[in-house]
Amino acid sequence: MDKLNVVGKREVMLDAWEKATGQARFTDDLSFPGMLFGKILRSPYAHAKILQVDLTQALNVPGVKDAITGRDIPKKMYGIVPMAKDEYALAIEKVRYIGDEVAAVVATSVEAAEEAILKIRVDYEELPAVFDPFEAMRPGAPILHSNVPNNVSASIRKEFGNVARAFSESDVVYEDTFETQPVNHSPLEPQAALAIVDLSGKVTLWSSTQIPFFLRRNLATTLDIPESKVRVIKPKVGGGFGQKIDLYAKDFCAAFFAMRTGKPVKFVYEREEVFTSTRQRHPMHIQLKTGMKKDGTLLAQQFKVVADGGAYNSTAPLMITLACYFIMLPYRLENLLFEGYHVYTNKPVGGAMRGHGIPQVRFAVETQLDMIAEKMGIDPLELRLKNAFLAGEPHPGKLLVQSCGFSDTLVKAAEGIEWKEKRGKLPFGRGVGLAGASFPSGVSNMSHISSGAIVKIERDGAVTLLTGAADIGQGAETVISQIVAEELGVTLEDIRITAADTEITPLDPGTFGSGVTLRAGNAAKMAALAAKEKLFEAVAEKMEVHSKDLEAKNRRIYMKDQPEKGMSLIEAIKIYQYSDRPMPIIGRGSYLPPAKEPTTLLKEDGNFSPAYSFMTQAAEVEVDTQTGKIKVLKMVASHDCGRAINPMLVEGQLEGSVVGGMGQALYEDVITDKGEVVNPSFLDYGIPTAMEVPSIVSIEVETNDPEGPFGAKESGEGTQLAPAPAIVNAIYDAIGVRFKTLPVTPEKVLEALWKK
Amino acid sequence: MKHILKLHVNGEDFEIFTEMNKTLLEVLREDLGFTGTKRGCDLGACGACTVLIDGKPYLSCLTLAIAVQGKKIVTIEGLAREGKLHPLQKAFIEKGAIQCGFCTPGMILTAKAFLDEHPYPSEEETKRAISGNICRCTGYVKIVEAILSVNENQ
Repeated sequence: MDKLNVVGKREVMLDAWEKATGQARFTDDLSFPGMLFGKILRSPYAHAKILQVDLTQALNVPGVKDAITGRDIPKKMYGIVPMAKDEYALAIEKVRYIGDEVAAVVATSVEAAEEAILKIRVDYEELPAVFDPFEAMRPGAPILHSNVPNNVSASIRKEFGNVARAFSESDVVYEDTFETQPVNHSPLEPQAALAIVDLSGKVTLWSSTQIPFFLRRNLATTLDIPESKVRVIKPKVGGGFGQKIDLYAKDFCAAFFAMRTGKPVKFVYEREEVFTSTRQRHPMHIQLKTGMKKDGTLLAQQFKVVADGGAYNSTAPLMITLACYFIMLPYRLENLLFEGYHVYTNKPVGGAMRGHGIPQVRFAVETQLDMIAEKMGIDPLELRLKNAFLAGEPHPGKLLVQSCGFSDTLVKAAEGIEWKEKRGKLPFGRGVGLAGASFPSGVSNMSHISSGAIVKIERDGAVTLLTGAADIGQGAETVISQIVAEELGVTLEDIRITAADTEITPLDPGTFGSGVTLRAGNAAKMAALAAKEKLFEAVAEKMEVHSKDLEAKNRRIYMKDQPEKGMSLIEAIKIYQYSDRPMPIIGRGSYLPPAKEPTTLLKEDGNFSPAYSFMTQAAEVEVDTQTGKIKVLKMVASHDCGRAINPMLVEGQLEGSVVGGMGQALYEDVITDKGEVVNPSFLDYGIPTAMEVPSIVSIEVETNDPEGPFGAKESGEGTQLAPAPAIVNAIYDAIGVRFKTLPVTPEKVLEALWKK
Repeated sequence: MKHILKLHVNGEDFEIFTEMNKTLLEVLREDLGFTGTKRGCDLGACGACTVLIDGKPYLSCLTLAIAVQGKKIVTIEGLAREGKLHPLQKAFIEKGAIQCGFCTPGMILTAKAFLDEHPYPSEEETKRAISGNICRCTGYVKIVEAILSVNENQ
């Protein structure tokens, strides 16, 4: 492999200093003279008809400038997946969950807006509500959306191979039921939006969004104005984890009120609203049947998955589809029957969250694999290694896996947790466990999700990079800049990046599905190469050599085989300028994954992603049998991320993701009572603090993917698929109790120990 | 009802004509423009709004501005001296302890107050000291590393 100067280095995040000094501006940190502040009135009922909304008294509150209800907005439905649009920015006919948006006001102060909200009079006609997905599927259940009479808004039934035959050929068949809980992403920055409108009627929106270009489209649609009349700018975003993919009422209302009043308008959600009225990880009920040969060969699996979607779809069809196809990784599984349902209930809405449908089913599979391993007397690690998927193997769903380090991740995680020394050998109350997973590196379907980049080489040798990629704290801007610096043979300090402004930067789908590094990284690499080639052409002419024999490194351009023959980048730029070539030196790149049979998977099989990452999590836990409290002592996260463009940032991704997964395993749960979230605050919800954090070892397994920029693939999202089962498997090793529902709270532990 | 509020922030005296029921967080962000102090929950549960008052960490979302007149308030904007980053800021940057950066100001200020009192803490003490500051991105690993590194080589 070539020696790399910038890629593969532990470079400091480009904007870290801004964040460390308070200079970094998030949406709520921005303000304009004369700005109005907005608040949203939310439904106190889980299910009700809106008969009448009276805004009169609200409008009379001093300082209030405008107020609207669902009946004042364009009747344009919104949905992040176009085929599953099912909501309006503000509810029009009825509300479907506690926290659903009913009306909104803007005022000269937040206090006035809050007061006005209290003075809006709404006449509701309460409707019967349903809170359990199984009840919602029964005939006669309350119906949330009239066009979905059984409340099943998305479903999938897919068979791969011949499942009945495979079960009959199995030596052993196991069947278990698992349940996972709703988890809130809890980004530290609450959702916010700020809009201004210019005299031409163009709306500019600053938003805490992961996907500026999709937001532009969805905003234009819901406002019923042309896309060219909307500009979305992403300032610093305080984490997202999938929750900032959707358009929210705050985006629409900021823009709509700005259009109506001509004033700048800001909406910022309260923490409680983030819990009740944004998105959460879908709770799932999972029935899993697995057939296996005596030697541990995995023959068949059958799933029935019911996902509680809450009141609206968000990503429903994609979520349930991903859950299906990613059963067939990271293990070789030729026979799969997957039945999955996304069901409406009168509860908070499910959406994409770090892993998107897969963590739930992975919890079931990885927990059951350990149960089977024990019954069959096979080491759980050996069982996984035996069935581990390999690069180039045919995938039943036609995923094309060109690089796969899964077995390596298993071995390294096991070494890291001292599997051989500890598994089954620790004293009662302590144990180790592990679990594996796989995740896509972006989505390779549909041309509108291609990513673009522009690289300009300036007269003084500085490089300007324009990318649409949305950095939400993961360090995308740093990683993409490293890629450009490497390709151009300059240093990271030479790069100036402007990102995620729909009017300035090229199209990019945004931050979801773990595609940013691969997709935007490839686009930026192509743009850098295009700019470099222009420069090489001029240099080659001057040096009377072939441009293909040139190389750029360390701010020099020189002959590959005679490094002393060459010149500095600055000289090269001068030569370019004096050769009467058109200035400025600009390279453009546009990356659309060249996948064979690209697909959304929603209608047909095919290669969903340009690359797939693989990972294993291993855990060591200690259970206090007096209190039932579980302490995670150590986690090992081994991850095949292709090549780590920035190992420090990859580690950060793995560590954060592992701790989030630990939260799902042990603490976090959005608890509802008749549809009402009873713990909508950090005080009651249970995000891990520094006190709970174990020692974490991150191991990067490098496989150098042929499609990734410099071989890079996903990191950080797939990492959250397996911590929960790894921890649950470790708990079993510690106390001999098997938990099939999450989170594993001290109450559950004590109850199980008592029953034992 | 508006009154004159006198605050000493980041080494400067400010006179602010504002409502008396405002929290310190509101005054810092809205009246003085010190937006480095973050509002994460407004309930004292996340630590993002932490500032130093006479050297001790306080949750500015639970502190009335009027109650801290005459005291020395330091926000993240006031930590760097004469263009030189505080060693904690440097450590956070270099160790990769910052991802989205929303918890960072509160985290750094909490750590500053802690290190001022415990210059050579253990890992466990450090974790306890920052346990009121939530971070959803980093898993705290590099944050703890950064804090521990500050006095390591002295």
